[in-house]
Amino acid sequence: MKRVYVNEPACIGCRLCEVHCQFAHSSSKDLVKAFKKAAPPLPRLRVEVKKPVSFSVRCQHCDEPACVYACLTGALTKDEKTGVVSVDTEKCMGCWTCILVCPYAAITRDGDKISKCDLCTGKPLPSCVANCPNEALVYAETRES
Amino acid sequence: MAKTARTKYLIIGNSAGGVGAAEAIRAVDKAGTVTIVSDEPYPAYSRPLISEHLAEGCSLERMLFRPADFCERHGIKTLLGQKVASLSLDEHIARVETGQEIGWEKLLLATGGKPIVPRMEGLESKGVFTFTTLADAKAIAQAITPSSRAVVIGGGLIGVSVTEALVKRGVGVTIVEMKDRILNTILDEEASALAAEALSEHGVEIITGHTVSKVNSRPAKGGSVSSVTLENGRKLPCNLVVVAIGVVPRLDLVAGSDVRTNRGVIVDRHMATSCRDVYACGDVAEAYDFIAGENRVTPVWPNAYLGGRVAGFNMAGAPAEYQGGTAMNSLKYFGLAIVSAGVTNPPDGSYEVVSNIYGSSCRKIWVKDGFIRGMLYSGEIEPAGIVFSLMRDMVNVDSFKERLVAADLGLSSLPEALWRSRLSLPPSVPVTTIPVEEPEEVLVGE
Ligand SMILES: Cc1cc2nc3c(=O)[nH]c(=O)nc-3n(C[C@H](O)[C@H](O)[C@H](O)COP(=O)(O)OP(=O)(O)OC[C@H]3O[C@@H](n4cnc5c(N)ncnc54)[C@H](O)[C@@H]3O)c2cc1C
Repeated sequence: MKRVYVNEPACIGCRLCEVHCQFAHSSSKDLVKAFKKAAPPLPRLRVEVKKPVSFSVRCQHCDEPACVYACLTGALTKDEKTGVVSVDTEKCMGCWTCILVCPYAAITRDGDKISKCDLCTGKPLPSCVANCPNEALVYAETRES
Repeated sequence: MAKTARTKYLIIGNSAGGVGAAEAIRAVDKAGTVTIVSDEPYPAYSRPLISEHLAEGCSLERMLFRPADFCERHGIKTLLGQKVASLSLDEHIARVETGQEIGWEKLLLATGGKPIVPRMEGLESKGVFTFTTLADAKAIAQAITPSSRAVVIGGGLIGVSVTEALVKRGVGVTIVEMKDRILNTILDEEASALAAEALSEHGVEIITGHTVSKVNSRPAKGGSVSSVTLENGRKLPCNLVVVAIGVVPRLDLVAGSDVRTNRGVIVDRHMATSCRDVYACGDVAEAYDFIAGENRVTPVWPNAYLGGRVAGFNMAGAPAEYQGGTAMNSLKYFGLAIVSAGVTNPPDGSYEVVSNIYGSSCRKIWVKDGFIRGMLYSGEIEPAGIVFSLMRDMVNVDSFKERLVAADLGLSSLPEALWRSRLSLPPSVPVTTIPVEEPEEVLVGE
């Protein structure tokens, strides 16, 4: 499956990926409205800046997803066809067990549910990748072992 | 004589472990017959959600661990509400209480745990419950009245979970914990105090260092609970008692058989027992604990699922190894956010505690010989998984342990080689496409 990888030397820590992640998951199609007139959703990725290093991190939709195996309710699943790991927020009870086991720390609490990257399912490119000004994010097909 | 049904795979227990195994079997063997037997009448449900059921009547549909058509879709036969009464391991036969016999080729014991109920006067009174099944939650829900007052015996995870549900239902609760603090097996002293404070703020009374010695009822024998008496003579009036001392492996099916047991059924890294073709996982099993470095009972959901998965692969002939599990818990009750794993109460002075408290967050790891042996994160728990993975993968953290408790903990806190290997495109994998498209058009204001 295709995943988002980090091309760290190219990342300038501008956080545009974060902004566009929030925008892509907000109900407004207008950037200003999404951020100024409403509370934007939490970003589903995290930008780490410890100069000179910077990169953004999101769910890697693992082949052996620890979060899915640890999920107490069955809310987290890995799609058999697309490989995307997604959460059913109706089923999530906010037990945070997935947070304890994710090696990327890619899951955040959002009220009493969790929030995580959905790879912008349905779009040709995840918004973070599409809007990175410096090709610091790579959306690439990797062949699984 | 009863007719013998045949199945290639027989799974006893329809919960985390059983489902984990069934899914793994079906990943490699689409055709072999799979039969799951459970003495609970429901499809596999999330056991931890029984507190949600008690608290707010969470429907069975929402509690289901897998979609309602799961078994049908995977061609899995279920016998629900039926108990396996005995096993003939040599003959590869299971006898169900109804009299039916089931012949199997591979057997998985995923029978879980049963609640510990100490010998105590008055336990037969009406209003005394345990809390491990949906049926328990339903029974307690029925017994609650507007004037209910409850005593929960045991301040562990199950005790705290039933307490939260009762409080949400408007029931006043007193927890009686024998040790000097609640949640003493999964939290350190400080975090226990934090949890106790959160419970107290919700009106829960906590009595530590005492035990219940007697349940009193009106009329005296077989009546409804009226109070409990502590070992020091103190009486606590109540009309509900929940015994939540813990669970022990449900070993009855293999008692006296060739299956080796200790506290639980002993399994190797393939989740195989000492008996050919017999596997075990979950709360009933004593499997490898990567922190203890030996087999231990670690009765938590993720370990049951993972153990079941490994068992399933091996049962279906696809070799798989259990990496091991350890005690791990995540607490969300009473607005808390605490995750812990491994050793949080070191047995001796050979563990170094590296900790950091900031705002309302606390980050703590216990390090021995350069390796993380235990961890506890509260408040901002999000980066905890980074630390858990270092602990599980036995990464020597001596040179960067301080960074693992810092407020800005992230993957960039790790040595470069570690974060690079996790985030960069693996050099060995062929890249087939990197589509480069124009950035999306974005409306900026109107
Ligand atoms: C209130 C509560 C809260 C919990 N919270 C958490 C939590 O937050 N996080 C966490 O990780 N864990 C939690 N747990 C623990 C978790 O639920 C268990 O670790 C997990 O359910 C173990 O799964 P299992 O498949 O081994 O067995 P179980 O879930 O115990 O299931 C075993 C099944 O086998 C059936 N069975 C047994 N013997 C027979 C027989 N002879 N014939 C037919 N059927 C039989 C049983 O009836 C049962 O349905 C909690 C448990 C409880 C009770």
